[in-house]
Amino acid sequence: MAESMQVLEDHTNSEYKYGFTTDIEMDVFPKGLSEDVVRAISAKKNEPEFLLEWRLKAYRHWLTMTEPKWPNVNYPKIDYQDIIYYAAPKERPEIDSLDEVDPELLKTFEKLGISLDEQKRLTGVTGIAVDAVIDSVSVKTTFKETLAEQGIIFCSFSEAVQDHPELIKKYLGTVVPYTDNYFAALNSAVFSDGSFCYIPKGVRCPMELSTYFRINTANTGQFERTLLIADESSYVSYLEGCTAPMRDENQLHAAVVELIAMDDAYIKYSTVQNWYPGNKDGVGGIFNFVTKRGMCGGKNSKISWTQVETGSAVTWKYPSCILKGDGSVGEFYSIAVTNNMQQADTGTKMIHIGKNTSSTIISKGISAGRSHNSYRGLVKVGRRAENARNFSQCDSLLMGDKCGAHTFPYLEIENQTAQVEHEATTSKIGEDQMFYCKQRGLNEEDAINLIVNGYCKDVFNELPMEFAVEAQKLLAVSLEGSVG
Amino acid sequence: MLNIRDLHVAVEDMAILKGINLEIKPGEVHAIMGPNGSGKSTLAQVIAGKDEYEVTSGTITYKNEDLLDLEVDERARAGIFLAFQYPVEIPGVSTAHFLKSIVNAGREGRGEDELSAVEMLKLLRSKTQMLGMDQKFLSRALNDGFSGGEKKKNEILQMAVLNPKLAILDETDSGLDIDALKIVADGVNAMRNNDNAFIVVTHYQRLLNYIEPDFVHVLYNGQIVKSGDKSLALKLEEKGYDWIKEEVASATV
Ligand SMILES: Nc1ncnc2c1ncn2[C@@H]1O[C@H](COP(=O)(O)OP(=O)(O)OP(=O)(O)O)[C@@H](O)[C@H]1O
Ligand SMILES: [Mg+2]
Repeated sequence: MAESMQVLEDHTNSEYKYGFTTDIEMDVFPKGLSEDVVRAISAKKNEPEFLLEWRLKAYRHWLTMTEPKWPNVNYPKIDYQDIIYYAAPKERPEIDSLDEVDPELLKTFEKLGISLDEQKRLTGVTGIAVDAVIDSVSVKTTFKETLAEQGIIFCSFSEAVQDHPELIKKYLGTVVPYTDNYFAALNSAVFSDGSFCYIPKGVRCPMELSTYFRINTANTGQFERTLLIADESSYVSYLEGCTAPMRDENQLHAAVVELIAMDDAYIKYSTVQNWYPGNKDGVGGIFNFVTKRGMCGGKNSKISWTQVETGSAVTWKYPSCILKGDGSVGEFYSIAVTNNMQQADTGTKMIHIGKNTSSTIISKGISAGRSHNSYRGLVKVGRRAENARNFSQCDSLLMGDKCGAHTFPYLEIENQTAQVEHEATTSKIGEDQMFYCKQRGLNEEDAINLIVNGYCKDVFNELPMEFAVEAQKLLAVSLEGSVG
Repeated sequence: MLNIRDLHVAVEDMAILKGINLEIKPGEVHAIMGPNGSGKSTLAQVIAGKDEYEVTSGTITYKNEDLLDLEVDERARAGIFLAFQYPVEIPGVSTAHFLKSIVNAGREGRGEDELSAVEMLKLLRSKTQMLGMDQKFLSRALNDGFSGGEKKKNEILQMAVLNPKLAILDETDSGLDIDALKIVADGVNAMRNNDNAFIVVTHYQRLLNYIEPDFVHVLYNGQIVKSGDKSLALKLEEKGYDWIKEEVASATV
């Protein structure tokens, strides 16, 4: 017994594969945060007055707030004056073709397995339009023209501010107000870029849209902002991927994602989060404090969050749905893997407001090493939410005996017609299953992958095909170790 | 092929096998019978390499190599197959995917290329057909919600696709209906050749009508206390184990 525990432990001592840095000429602000820095960011980006005002309000509000202490995570105090709030590749402005992109940068994305070359991408079965964001600044959005033919706007946030200020003004902060929480307020004050997307009425977006986030510069915080609006009867599938170099210091990532689904619109938002998790002893790694929320404002609208979380030293993240439109649907499918010293406190909030709303929560936590993995979920059924339904299933899988899994389900039901179901299981990776697989000739690593992939299948099924394969590989890498 | 010498096995300091001697040559079928709790499954699992059983003394050699030196998966890739008395469920992993993975693991072990999708499909089709199994099993999660008999058939399906050198069937007949028993036996007989060997653990002589053993051994209280040909199984069917227990008792006083 003890021996196989040891093997499991060795097995889960993984190495991070995206730990390189890139030498790109960067435009970097000095460390520290003040009103002047906020103004400087806004000026750098040539923003309209309303946006600067909004940032300043957010900054002033942030000053009155304190960092949340309730998550089940421990991390050293963050010195907000020791962070760089703006870093951008120098050769950024107005890139029209790949020839104008810094070759080092292209190499970076190639190393990550992401091609920014539309020609190359077109040879794939389905195209994926990519917005590549490095240190919070969008460097290249592919397939923009193809999408524009259908009236779809897919561009960096900064571009949207310049080209579609009316949309930004109308929707920014309507789902996640800057007062929402500490990190959302900080993001609202200093966000430097991100992705923007608008799908017009009745349009089914013909390709997957994707944003790829990469932190590169040391000591930078990454504060990107994504705003995605699906107009009536439209559909979009959106993918988000993230990696960062290996560094000894922790780096802060505090993003905000706002989704808006109007009548009969459907947004599918998938994330494969693979920020640097720190080394085996917990040195370094990304602090990932993200606010993601979707507003199902229209009737029969639907928002579906799928996430595969394998990276970050500390994760604090609750992609949520506000089910305001009658008949709207919210879904949350999550795999959260923690290994070594990683800590994750993640889950969702499903807020039922409209009539006949329904939500599904499937959460699969996998803990290995000495990590801690918490699921925290709120299902709230408001007074007027007749016939709300929720189904929640939260499973935890433990690998080894030094890790922890915790489940914090919260229920607030104010309407008696609600039907709410909650299931939770905690299991250890079965010695019997391992023996069975190995008896059939599978080695330790393949056996673990097979069992873990089986355990996660309900969530993988929700990912777009190309992503599902990538995610399965990623899961294998996160759990792989020095098994000889 | 397999040579077990004076094998002693304990679990948590409790002796379970107390000096097993057994030699199996290519082409042979050995039946092992014996009362509940006598150590049959323990022997099977020790051969397969389950680490919760501690080999306190004795040796097992397989193809002239020390079997006890090999990991579980190495033994499997070397051709040892165990059909479990209690097959394990693996939720979320389709039977087809599992079969593909194990076939390719075996091929990789032998330095062969992976089977192409078409060849794999052919292999799986032909073996499920041979065992009279519905194709729909292939898309179901491995053993998940399978009936007792279905799980046993699935063990034989895995054996058939892997084509092992030494197959140990631990009470595969328990839980099979009469037709299934016949099909499973036919499957085993079809695989029999001069190169491979079978150890068949069973409580019922009936199976041995279909799979004719070369030897029948009685395992009792951690030892093989009697060996013979297939007529021994008939005698056990008729008289039970009491006479053997008495023989053992009188031999030790
Ligand atoms: N892991 C274990 N821990 C404790 N005792 C065990 C363990 N495995 C086997 N035993 C004991 O060893 C003895 C032999 O068990 P085994 O399963 O080998 O019997 P068997 O001959 O296969 O019986 P059956 O005919 O009922 O299948 C039994 O008394 C059993 O309780
Ligand atoms: Mg048994």
